[in-house]
Amino acid sequence: MTRFLLGRLLGLVAVVFVTSVVVFGTIHLAPGDPVTFLLHGRPATPEAVAALRAEHHLDDPLVVQYGSWLGGVLSGDLGRSAQYHQDVTALLGSRLPGTALLVGYAALLVAVLGVSAGILAALRPGLLDRMVLIGTGVATATPSFVTAIVLVSLFSVQLGWFPGPGGGAAEGLGARLHQLTLPAFALALTFMGLLARVTRSAMLDELGREHVEVARARGVAGRTVVRRHVLRNALGPVVTVGGTMLAGLLISTSIVETAFDVPGLGSLLVQSVTAQDFAVVQAVTLLSVVAFVLVNLAVDLLAPLIDPRLSPGEGPS
Amino acid sequence: MNAMTKTPTTPVLEIEDLGVRLPDHRAARPVLDGVSLTVRPGETVGLVGESGSGKSVACRSVLGLLPPGAHTTGRVLVSGRDVLTLRAKELAALRAREVAMVFQDPRASVNPLRRVGDFLTEGLRAAGTPADRAAERAEELLDAVGIRDPHGALRRFPHQFSGGMLQRVVIAAALAAEPALLLADEPTTALDVTTQAEVIALLARMRAERGTGMLFVTHDLELASAICDRVYVMYAGRIVESRSTDELFDRPRHPYTAGLLACTPRIGAGAPPPRPIPGRPVSLAETPPGCAFAARCPHAVPRCAEETPALAPHGEGTAACHRAEEGITL
Amino acid sequence: MTTTLTSVPYRRPGLRGLRLFGRGPLFAISVAVLAALVLVAVLAPVLAPYDPEALDLSASLVGTTGDHLLGTDQSGRDILSRLLHGARTGLLGPLLVVGVSTLLGTLLGVVAAWRGGWADAVLSRSMDLVFAIPGLLLAILLVSVVGPGMTAPVIAMAVAYTPYVGRLVRGIARQEKARPYIEAYVVQGWSGRTVCLRHLLPNIAPTVFAQSAMNFGYALMDLAALSFLGFGVQPPTADWGAMINEGQGAVLQGAMLPALAPSACIVLAVVAFGIVGEGLADRIARREK
Repeated sequence: MTRFLLGRLLGLVAVVFVTSVVVFGTIHLAPGDPVTFLLHGRPATPEAVAALRAEHHLDDPLVVQYGSWLGGVLSGDLGRSAQYHQDVTALLGSRLPGTALLVGYAALLVAVLGVSAGILAALRPGLLDRMVLIGTGVATATPSFVTAIVLVSLFSVQLGWFPGPGGGAAEGLGARLHQLTLPAFALALTFMGLLARVTRSAMLDELGREHVEVARARGVAGRTVVRRHVLRNALGPVVTVGGTMLAGLLISTSIVETAFDVPGLGSLLVQSVTAQDFAVVQAVTLLSVVAFVLVNLAVDLLAPLIDPRLSPGEGPS
Repeated sequence: MNAMTKTPTTPVLEIEDLGVRLPDHRAARPVLDGVSLTVRPGETVGLVGESGSGKSVACRSVLGLLPPGAHTTGRVLVSGRDVLTLRAKELAALRAREVAMVFQDPRASVNPLRRVGDFLTEGLRAAGTPADRAAERAEELLDAVGIRDPHGALRRFPHQFSGGMLQRVVIAAALAAEPALLLADEPTTALDVTTQAEVIALLARMRAERGTGMLFVTHDLELASAICDRVYVMYAGRIVESRSTDELFDRPRHPYTAGLLACTPRIGAGAPPPRPIPGRPVSLAETPPGCAFAARCPHAVPRCAEETPALAPHGEGTAACHRAEEGITL
Repeated sequence: MTTTLTSVPYRRPGLRGLRLFGRGPLFAISVAVLAALVLVAVLAPVLAPYDPEALDLSASLVGTTGDHLLGTDQSGRDILSRLLHGARTGLLGPLLVVGVSTLLGTLLGVVAAWRGGWADAVLSRSMDLVFAIPGLLLAILLVSVVGPGMTAPVIAMAVAYTPYVGRLVRGIARQEKARPYIEAYVVQGWSGRTVCLRHLLPNIAPTVFAQSAMNFGYALMDLAALSFLGFGVQPPTADWGAMINEGQGAVLQGAMLPALAPSACIVLAVVAFGIVGEGLADRIARREK
């Protein structure tokens, strides 16, 4: 178990390290002097240029620059936002709750609706199964910004049930959730379709297993067989795929938050790219990748709990 | 043994003229034709045949486990009630209380993600045992089938058991509700030779202790002889011979039975070398008119290809062969 | 030697073996849709009734009329013409992404599978690393330095899609390599490169092709998303993702077509690529059986 954990942690550190190098290195990919890039064409006094060079340690060798940057990141200093004139750490902190709420809402929709659709399709072959297959086929092929447009035109503009884009964060959790319903749906739809497909095929796999027939042959009630043997056993692939989707949801917030004008990490990333606020871009990218690998680690650690055969160091006795 | 078979009691299982057809493209494909067999309380009956002979279909029909879309004729009576006409709820009750089955591969029959204790208590709960009593009972059952540390075993997962030990668990589960009839579908085929003997001994002991009737399905005539009182031999969806084990071995009347006996390798000085049956086994669907075995039979006469022989009394049992009285198989 | 030669299978006849026009109406329809899409992209200048970039502020947000079959956008540009021209950037970007990632992924995958040992370890771990960084994020990062346009998104997506192809190719190439016929050629003294190029590659090509068809749809979706964010194709060039971005304002005013028409095009194209990709994979799986 310890060896397994160590291996996973080592992989995690490797990914984060490489990402940090990429994130740090991209600034040097920009054509010309990094200072020109950092100033993005604004005129500056020689003193200001010198201050900027000093702040970014641009006169040191690259490795030293990277070291001091990484040291700052590790101690929570992600630099300053040129756009907001604010510490990036504080800026991220103020945007994180909005995104967390949106991702959580969407994840709930994906888990509940996606998994139910998959279960229904697997248990009711025929018309219902075909409908779910077609529905999920379209859902997985519909990008979130397209869903956003359709939802806004239908539910905000035509029916007026939900607020349209913009308007700032509503007061109170209930109003906030109401406001986030359309964005959460837009974010969730593609992943819902995918998870429904995964659930369906995992259920069908399990339904065909001999131990399921044996359970029926032993007089165990049909519902109990489905719950205890089919659903329980289909959980593995559903949790694995669902976990990686959580990371996908986080990345897709940049699109959905932009489409709905929701203040969060995703829309912050997009604005910062447009405003060439590089410190923020670096920070959000790094944070997303860390979240991505942490979710994957969590899924790996969950796997032996779901399938006891995967728990290391156990075999026939 | 003979005394038992002659006791006039209601059979636990009576299959009467069972026919099964499966939908296949346009035409229905026949799988079983006119299968009749009887298992009395405490009796072990063998059902022997090659793969594709329909022996597993016949066995599973006793639990109402038929392939989807199957069309049946005849009756399958368990303690006098026809399984084929039972409603879903009655069928579940029958499966939980009266008839239990041991399958071929224990690894495939037990859910790998659930504890062994769950597997046992699930069956007990289905049979109506209260939850607080079920765990206790499960432990007793594991102890009865010879599992070491039965209390600890309840908490373990199937992959932590060897194949033979897991088959013992499956047998324990099958005996949980004290069924009147136990079906065993090739229960040792997936096991090592040494464990096979142990599992057979266990089944024989359980049958003796509890007086359960057993239908033992196998392709291995030798194995059937080790445990069964009587044997039915199946070929291409039909029963071709039935008689007590001793008589079957001493004096088979059907050429197919004789062929099966001759192709079993024997050990010992002066033992005849095994003689395989020429040709390959056919299923009922591909059978030409007449006797299904005629094409492979060394004793076939023109009549065999024209007229399907009926199962008729020969000796103390029955055989379906036009030449059964001629003593051709000796 | 003659016995080993008989175990060498007949070389599969490339793409002809895929039976592109097989059974199943959905598959056939999807192939037709994709063919039409390519045709539209090529013939856009001929087919389009208007200049896709011609502004006509007096005809802003005109609904469907005889003059403008799909109406006009806020700047009075003909939506149909923009859709037709949009097919060009819509297909060109994914084509580059899929082309580069398929070539690179196949190369890395085959080398990893053929060489094994440390080469395999290094290549596999590197692909795992890239796999862990989401493509959209990589593209956004690159755009932040290089600036908006097609270049950064296409490069980032090509890099991000490479491990998808590479892992798949490595897997099936290892299976293929374990088959006796490959050994037969090696025993006969053929060089590894020749065996890979002439026998291994043609045999894994159909599977890779099926995966590429699916990747094409995903790449189209990702690149459209980047254009929607304003990072991809820049205005006034006609592009479906950018059109949706520009059409957002019109939606709030109640005019659906400027945003919905390109949306429908994207969904249609992605669905068609998905069905064709899955259909091909299905066919290959059935043939392997």
